[in-house]
Amino acid sequence: MASLVADNIVEFEPPTTPSRSPRRHRIRLGRGLILLVAAAYFLLPIYAALHFSLQDNNGNFSLQPITAIPSQPGLGSAFFLSMRLAIVTMAITMLLMVPTMIYVHLKLPRFRRVMEVITILPIVIPPIVLILGVLQAAPGWLKASPYLLSLVYVILAMPFVYRSLDAGLGALDVKTLVEASRSLGAGWVATIWRIIVPNLRSALLSATVLTLALVLGEFTMASLDLWSTLPVWIVAFDQTNAHVSTAVAMLSLLATWLLLTLIVTLDRSTSRQQRRKRTS
Amino acid sequence: MLPFLLYVVLGLGIPTLVIINLAFRSASGHLTMSNINTITSGGQYLTGFETSLKLALVTSVIPGVLGTLIAYAVSTSRFETLRRIVATASGVLANFGGVNLAFMFVATIGFVGLVTGWLARIGLNPWSHGFSLYKFWGVALVYMYFQIPLMVLVITPALNGLRPAWREAAENLGASKWRFWRHVGMPVLTPSILASMFLLFGSGFSAYATTEALTGGTIALTPIQIGEFLQGNVISGEEHIGYALGFGMIVLVLISVIAYVTLQRRSAKWLR
Amino acid sequence: MTVATHARSVTADPSAEGGAPVVLDNLVRTFGATRALDGFSLDIAPGEFVALLGPSGCGKTTALRVLAGFEQPDSGRVMVRGGDVSAVPAQRRDMGMVFQSYSLFPNMTARDNVAFGLQLRRQRSQARRARAGELLELVGLSDHSMKYPHQLSGGQQQRVALARALAIEPQVLLLDEPLSALDAKVRAELRDQIRALQQRLAITTVFVTHDQEEALSMADRVCVMSNGRAEQVATPSVLYAQPSTAFVAEFVGVSSRLNVARSTRGVNLFGSDAPVRGDVHAIPHGDLDALVRPEDVSATVAGDGLGIVTHRSFLGGTTRLDVGYAGATIKVDVRSSEADAFELGTRVTLGLNARDVLVTGRRPAS
Repeated sequence: MASLVADNIVEFEPPTTPSRSPRRHRIRLGRGLILLVAAAYFLLPIYAALHFSLQDNNGNFSLQPITAIPSQPGLGSAFFLSMRLAIVTMAITMLLMVPTMIYVHLKLPRFRRVMEVITILPIVIPPIVLILGVLQAAPGWLKASPYLLSLVYVILAMPFVYRSLDAGLGALDVKTLVEASRSLGAGWVATIWRIIVPNLRSALLSATVLTLALVLGEFTMASLDLWSTLPVWIVAFDQTNAHVSTAVAMLSLLATWLLLTLIVTLDRSTSRQQRRKRTS
Repeated sequence: MLPFLLYVVLGLGIPTLVIINLAFRSASGHLTMSNINTITSGGQYLTGFETSLKLALVTSVIPGVLGTLIAYAVSTSRFETLRRIVATASGVLANFGGVNLAFMFVATIGFVGLVTGWLARIGLNPWSHGFSLYKFWGVALVYMYFQIPLMVLVITPALNGLRPAWREAAENLGASKWRFWRHVGMPVLTPSILASMFLLFGSGFSAYATTEALTGGTIALTPIQIGEFLQGNVISGEEHIGYALGFGMIVLVLISVIAYVTLQRRSAKWLR
Repeated sequence: MTVATHARSVTADPSAEGGAPVVLDNLVRTFGATRALDGFSLDIAPGEFVALLGPSGCGKTTALRVLAGFEQPDSGRVMVRGGDVSAVPAQRRDMGMVFQSYSLFPNMTARDNVAFGLQLRRQRSQARRARAGELLELVGLSDHSMKYPHQLSGGQQQRVALARALAIEPQVLLLDEPLSALDAKVRAELRDQIRALQQRLAITTVFVTHDQEEALSMADRVCVMSNGRAEQVATPSVLYAQPSTAFVAEFVGVSSRLNVARSTRGVNLFGSDAPVRGDVHAIPHGDLDALVRPEDVSATVAGDGLGIVTHRSFLGGTTRLDVGYAGATIKVDVRSSEADAFELGTRVTLGLNARDVLVTGRRPAS
């Protein structure tokens, strides 16, 4: 449901209240306490999991779970399956959403409202329910392929991707850019490829990375569709060797976290750039 | 435009229609209310709904309050780096995948978890006092991990929308800090806070992966029951129970989302 | 939209509630490396309307906020009615403030906004509502009393804000650029209404603005500020006719600046011996610049004139000429009916209408 949130970026603005009186100190203590407790709650589990993944079966510190990763049965194919699904999902999403959104921004601005509503729908149908319907409705030949998941993942990713692209396109003046480009003689394809897409770089990157993170972490549908993607493997392997499972889980977490931080920082710097450009 | 609409219809519309359709059909294909009746008239399915709703409520109200406090604490801090860290962190944590989260908590406060060990050494092992990570409150604790950041993420724009001029005007007219919050601050924020809690409610209600990875399907929650159904644990005579459960979920989440959007729109008028 | 002409329960006695004497004494306030207030002092008489005028960053808003109690000065005092209020927190200073914009509480109607201060002072609800009603009538908005801020225009919102500030019968009324966010026509109307209201209530008022037209047309006295200090405090006409520093001369109204040499009576301006305001010997060394206003310079067409018309601007009744003279550009106002004689390129002789000229140290060539 986090995808429903308008920005994935949150900006905290600096406070403007005067900070110069004795009772401020008491308030600052209370505030500090809240933040300290919160920090503990959020950081402890990460530490605990890391701690656990660096233990051997006797509970002593060991790098064995990490070094054993490449040799675990099924892990390699699970990882590559997840990656293949991710790539296919990203490709379909881009091919579907980018032209559609450009078209809507250019020709059908009023349709944006409708699109907003449409992209709320995947939230209303939770993944667990969606897979219920998909498994029933999909034809047998499609169900035999793992890429059925990719097709459904496109729907799951839609809210993220929509908001990302919408924000990116909104910040450009698409109409003016297209008119300028066309008046100078460029055709549609050239305009989209050379003018619009380069300017959407950060929005596209953000959408892509979010989709990637989504697919790599998606468990619900993959497990019920009986495909061994990375998260499914992790849960299954937990029965065999919990330390290795946890280690793999933490690694995938690290990768996801790095990716997400990357887009958050990228997003903020480009939006700051765009804001600066507009006020000059 | 057309390809997009087509995709949505195929990918989303059809499965949904299928579910709605099958929710009202018996195994032989007749239109019937028996599925609905079964799930609403008591027994494990009703319990499942009740527990799910209770879980969603708990993990929307408590994180709602905590998230608001944290967001407020951060937004009024003078440290730029703190604000930036929390902004990034909440964006990331709110999107945390279920499996990883489950594993992290097992390592922390599971039966042989790290913190469990620490607490046991001072004689406060929660497990020996009736706590279980795999029962209601354990699951709730895990949910808070992504619900609180989600709340922070959603409520911060509203907090930023509180203009300093209001606070100063109130002060100028003679209001103390409490009176400001009572007469202006809270009334203005309340629609946003409620809206956000509805969002959290929907999120807490629909979650599957975390709980499944954590409990292996042993807890009676509606999403888990749907999962069980899909894995083939079906009782004869209740062949389409899963679809009825799915239908029920759609209805409840839809109500949540509508409430969220309505309240959000109203608060946007004030917090321009 | 006119201000009501009757006011029943509002006093007009300057020494009563509304008119408190205010003294700002040597205020200093630094933010990091910048000195927002650098020893700023100002005396305000009871019932007086003082405008703080200056460019952005001059410290005028800081001065107002120190007066209101939202900022604490590093040193210096704020005195109201002879008592030192520097330690009194903002909520107990009994001053009414109108902010630049968006300060109305969005969850309350106009009437409730106005009544808020009274509610805090525990007035009974009937009395509150009556008083709020009076004030809304005073600002001409009684028909809108049940509307919410987002249903009101910018000008209407500011009028409600004014009513709200006045409701508590403050000792001092503070206005922080209340008209800057409004469009020109509304601004002009509100200007008159605020001034009329202030005069009737005889309440001590401090008005911050960067718009000199506002300051000059509304205030009893204007305090021109720059770099955290008061450059000059005087009535609008004195400020305009006799600016005491180069900054004031160039910030208020239009001034032309040119190099001059010392002469017997003062300085040599346009070939004649011009008297100087003040003592030119007070600037003992160095070269001098003179600052003259367009309406004080006369231009006559002359074939051997030393000035050349380089530009003309039609301003309605007057036409402003740019005349190149001795390396500088002098602005000269002539009557538009006579402006035809001054085509571009015409040679003119310049003269000074009898008025003391302001002289200042020569500004290094930029």
